[in-house]
Amino acid sequence: MNTENLIACHECDLLHRIPRHEGRRCVSRCRRCNAALHRGVENSIDRTLALTLAGVVLFVVANSFPFLAFKLQGQVTQTTLISGVIDLYHQGKWEISILVLLTTIVVPMIQLLIQLYVFLPLKFNRTPWNMAAVFRFTQNLSPWSMMEVFLIGILVAIVKLVGMAQIIPGLALWSFALLIVTLAAAAANLDSRVVWDRVEYQR
Amino acid sequence: MTDMLMTAADAGLLSCHNCSLLSRAGSGQHADLLCPRCGAVLHKRKPNSIARTWAFVIAAFICYIPANLLPMTVVTSLGNVQEDTIMSGVIYFMQHGEWPIGLVILIASVVVPLTKLFILIYLLISVQRKSQWRPVERTRLYRVTEAIGRWSMTDIYVVTILVALVQLGNLTTIEAGIGAIFFGAVVVLTIIAAMTFDPREIWDNMESTHD
Repeated sequence: MNTENLIACHECDLLHRIPRHEGRRCVSRCRRCNAALHRGVENSIDRTLALTLAGVVLFVVANSFPFLAFKLQGQVTQTTLISGVIDLYHQGKWEISILVLLTTIVVPMIQLLIQLYVFLPLKFNRTPWNMAAVFRFTQNLSPWSMMEVFLIGILVAIVKLVGMAQIIPGLALWSFALLIVTLAAAAANLDSRVVWDRVEYQR
Repeated sequence: MTDMLMTAADAGLLSCHNCSLLSRAGSGQHADLLCPRCGAVLHKRKPNSIARTWAFVIAAFICYIPANLLPMTVVTSLGNVQEDTIMSGVIYFMQHGEWPIGLVILIASVVVPLTKLFILIYLLISVQRKSQWRPVERTRLYRVTEAIGRWSMTDIYVVTILVALVQLGNLTTIEAGIGAIFFGAVVVLTIIAAMTFDPREIWDNMESTHD
């Protein structure tokens, strides 16, 4: 049996012929359990690269400026993402501060950088050094990137505080919102098969 | 051959969880077989998935108790100390007419983690009892647990933001409570529990009767 044109469903292990729909936008599903076998994306490399570059810019802005300011009786407190993490650390809650640091800053940053590292050379028909191992790493990280959940957290915090004092949304809040849309779009346009097809290996 | 229902395991093939390449399973021992394309460790099924998932589910349940009993936030206002747990926060918002916020916290901190844990327990028991009942729906339930878990982090982020913003010296300060640490542990443990469960186990019970 030739295994090269077969794929197993990740959720029920059923074998299928590899769906080939290059250059078309569609999803092929397992005929037994309906799991997505493969999502085809037009110009996956160009789209992923463009959205990743936009994401890097928004990430820098989102982390460089305060996202909320709190004004009460003339006193103003501002917070950036990293200052919130540092405050938690100083209160002795280092477990939570590390969890927040990883899920909202470190993991999204590593993912953006790895996507840049993989897709920029691919765009120019080159293969980056150790691409398979690097790309495998980013795929394992994706459940731990939780910026969209953080945005909900910001909204809940605003409503909680709005009766107590004056809340001023900062520049970083808008870049957060845009960054989340950009990251989601980048993930939706990333066809990992494009990467794996470039890896040369010995059978 | 694609008209027959044949799994990779039936065909003696290992599917790479990472890049989907199929490799031939070696004879018997394939403890450290690596995917030739991406280098991930190959397994027929996730190793010890039932036992590991049970361990994480039970650990999450144990942490869920102090997460609900101990305070998430400690508010010090002009010398008065007020401690809020998850439920007392929800009740406060419901009573003060802020029910949308109360509802968001209730869903993220109570409904999502409990739903997720009960679904995983049901799936574990159904696999262990070799149930053949509605495998498509059970696989769909598994997808739900994978998708919803992350949203439980909402309350942890709310606490982080409150702590960072409300620092007005003697007037009012907010600190994170011990309950927040346990709640963070619940979120992490339930995410890992969903990762260690292997939905293919649901289908393995279906195949044994076809033979």
